[in-house]
Amino acid sequence: MKNFADMLLSREAFSEIVMGNTAVVRAMIEAKTRVVTSYPGSPTPEIASAIAGIKPEDRPFYFEFSTNEKVATEVAYGASVNGHLSTVFFKSVGLNVAADTFVQLSLMNLIGGMVVILGDDPGANSSQNEQDNRHLARLSYTPIFEPADPQEVYHYYLAAARLSQQLHIPVILRLTTHVCHAKQKVSFAAWQPTDIDRTPAFDVNNGPYMPLTSLVFPMKRRALNNLRQVAEMNDKDQLNRLIDNKNRRQGIITFGLPFLSLLDTLAESGGKPDILKLAMIYPLPNQLIADFLTSHEEVVILEELDDLMESEIKRLAFERQIKVKIHGKTDIESWVGEYTADKVAGLLAAVWPEMAAKPQPAPAFSVTVPPRPAQMCPGCGHRSAFHAVKQALAETDIKVADIGCHTLGFMPPYNMWQLLMCMGASTGIGAGMSLCNDSRRVVCFLGDSTFFHAGIPGIINALFNKHNITLILMENGTTAMTGHQDHAASGRNFNQETEKIPVRSVLEGLGVKNIFEVDTYQQQKLTDMVKEAVAIEGFSVVIAKHACMLKLMREQRRKESFQAKMVSIDQTTCNKAHVCVSAFACPTFVMHEDGSVDVNPDLCIGDGSCLQTCPTKAIQRPESRKGEI
Amino acid sequence: MKPFNIYLSGVGGQGIGLISEIILRAADRAGLKAIGVDTHGLAQRGGIVSSHIRIGEDVHSPLVSKRKADLVISLERHEAVRAASEYLADKGSLVYYNTSWQPLPVRLNKAQEISVQQVADFCQKCEYQLFEVHHADLPDPRMQNIALLAAICRNNLVAGLAASHYEQAMGDLMSGKMLDANLKLFNRLVSH
Repeated sequence: MKNFADMLLSREAFSEIVMGNTAVVRAMIEAKTRVVTSYPGSPTPEIASAIAGIKPEDRPFYFEFSTNEKVATEVAYGASVNGHLSTVFFKSVGLNVAADTFVQLSLMNLIGGMVVILGDDPGANSSQNEQDNRHLARLSYTPIFEPADPQEVYHYYLAAARLSQQLHIPVILRLTTHVCHAKQKVSFAAWQPTDIDRTPAFDVNNGPYMPLTSLVFPMKRRALNNLRQVAEMNDKDQLNRLIDNKNRRQGIITFGLPFLSLLDTLAESGGKPDILKLAMIYPLPNQLIADFLTSHEEVVILEELDDLMESEIKRLAFERQIKVKIHGKTDIESWVGEYTADKVAGLLAAVWPEMAAKPQPAPAFSVTVPPRPAQMCPGCGHRSAFHAVKQALAETDIKVADIGCHTLGFMPPYNMWQLLMCMGASTGIGAGMSLCNDSRRVVCFLGDSTFFHAGIPGIINALFNKHNITLILMENGTTAMTGHQDHAASGRNFNQETEKIPVRSVLEGLGVKNIFEVDTYQQQKLTDMVKEAVAIEGFSVVIAKHACMLKLMREQRRKESFQAKMVSIDQTTCNKAHVCVSAFACPTFVMHEDGSVDVNPDLCIGDGSCLQTCPTKAIQRPESRKGEI
Repeated sequence: MKPFNIYLSGVGGQGIGLISEIILRAADRAGLKAIGVDTHGLAQRGGIVSSHIRIGEDVHSPLVSKRKADLVISLERHEAVRAASEYLADKGSLVYYNTSWQPLPVRLNKAQEISVQQVADFCQKCEYQLFEVHHADLPDPRMQNIALLAAICRNNLVAGLAASHYEQAMGDLMSGKMLDANLKLFNRLVSH
């Protein structure tokens, strides 16, 4: 088996098939990045998976998962003003959490340099929106590099780090989902480790670092001057690519993954426009773009999500009175979704039909396949809890979800939630819904990682302002949705064992009077406790606690003594009530055409939580399977 | 060389990531340029998972376009039909492992399970070449992906990739007992 950790630390130049998220780790090592921080969120957590492969003592930089993106940004900032090249990475909407700190970075003299890696998600593959974070870069005068593939991820991180260290400014490396996860053979340079300089270089004379009243203006002027200088540097940046097909009529300006989609559609259509592919997409290389506009009759701006580049290019053409027809976004659909080759072909067909690959018609014959919505894993504690909580609540009660695996309970057959916003929002929203409301009780949900991330302020507010809501805290000891990262109550951080900060102790410390706690899988007890909690006037919390079953079973499987188990159904006792398959709805249960129910051996993990749901006790205790390795 | 596009699908938990990376690395071992991408995150929770592989000199985006896959590989019967309908090009091939992880509407009795016969009819009418794979004697259901890989190798569904390339790729990604068990199964099924 290849040792990918050793490869990342290789002294020699090498090539390897890696995803973008892995390529960036080698770039961090080569750039001599010293402090890296994050909060897990798709599409970026695999950056941490690659780091985790390297033993802590072998890592040439410090890494931590911080409690949230804002804290992670602050830790990276602190390291940078102390002279260390730092990096923070998180998902698209993570920047909203980090924004209060992030927007100040460009005002500061970051003597060590700092790269902010954003995992944007065009197509909303795993996010609650597809926000275009270039807006926040513009708001905060921060340059952005955007690569198209893993090889560019590596090169552009190095370029971002160099620029950041040269001008002491923050620089964004903007990745999108299918750039993070794309795999290709990437060529890496040699690397010579050097000792970490542990001299704290912080000096107020490098500042000011106190953005207050009149001090803000020189800091802002410095940021704007830097931005102007970067734009001029961008005109000469060798990473920008001009594909000159000697086509003086048709030119295209683009960047990132849509550039590759464009090449695919052109490979099929045989179209040969000139293409200007940018590496640094903010601030724009004005002269380079002006020259490109001047030398073409028509230019298409191929830009995923919002029209930031288009607006700036149109302004440039207007200011310099360049005679060129600019084709930008037309309808709403050009603002929506990922720019795949199919999407790009459709957009191009509207301007230059001969350039676009032809879409294939549907196959000659079609079969209707039932949809397969995402759901909770077999044996998941959330499913067990939903089943119990539902028995305690009225149809009319308002149930507010938060972010995490439990969010998936909004789908049939559970239909648990009516509202969802973002990390930690459930108690605040719930509090608002309890006001001027005497008839519909309000129940909020929260996971434990989210509790630490952004949930605590809402809880304090509920206490402080005496809101009448019940919070159900699903404590599974991990950040499950993003791949089981440890959090403050896990007893481990990324690097070592730590003292747990138990969720319950925090609540008690805050002065929450009404705390109930039960094993997530004890359905009857959970039902009773929720009934009791919602009857209380004021703020109450029910903690449903059990280790994430998926994580637990994976750990169990690694043990020599592990015995795989599964439940079975006594067909003579089963009266086809279908509670297990239709209401409890563990994916393990199979419905036959005659209405009989069976267990799918590929899926059952043998947790036995379903036993409590069968009205005729037809589900038999989990027993060892035979003949497995 | 004309690009060769492969689209893989299955249900979260079936081990699509492993089979996909084996094929990608096998192509590399065979001296071919190959790129790919997997779905990660939300979709893994019992939903549809997919993976894209593109082989050839003139391939750029890692994503396979709709109806432009030369080969669709699926680890599950429903997902086989769904993926082939959406991604398989004319004259393409579908290879799938014949197991059923019933989608929710089937379990709720609101939709019919896709049958083996329906898959066969669909492929016949669309003129797709079909390979159905099933082994009642697998040592572990988690090895269905390797059984499928053996069928891909035996039927030479990815041109230029020999058994040795797949074996080397497996060696890149697995070790110890897991590698031994998977290689043993792979070799047994390739040679039969």
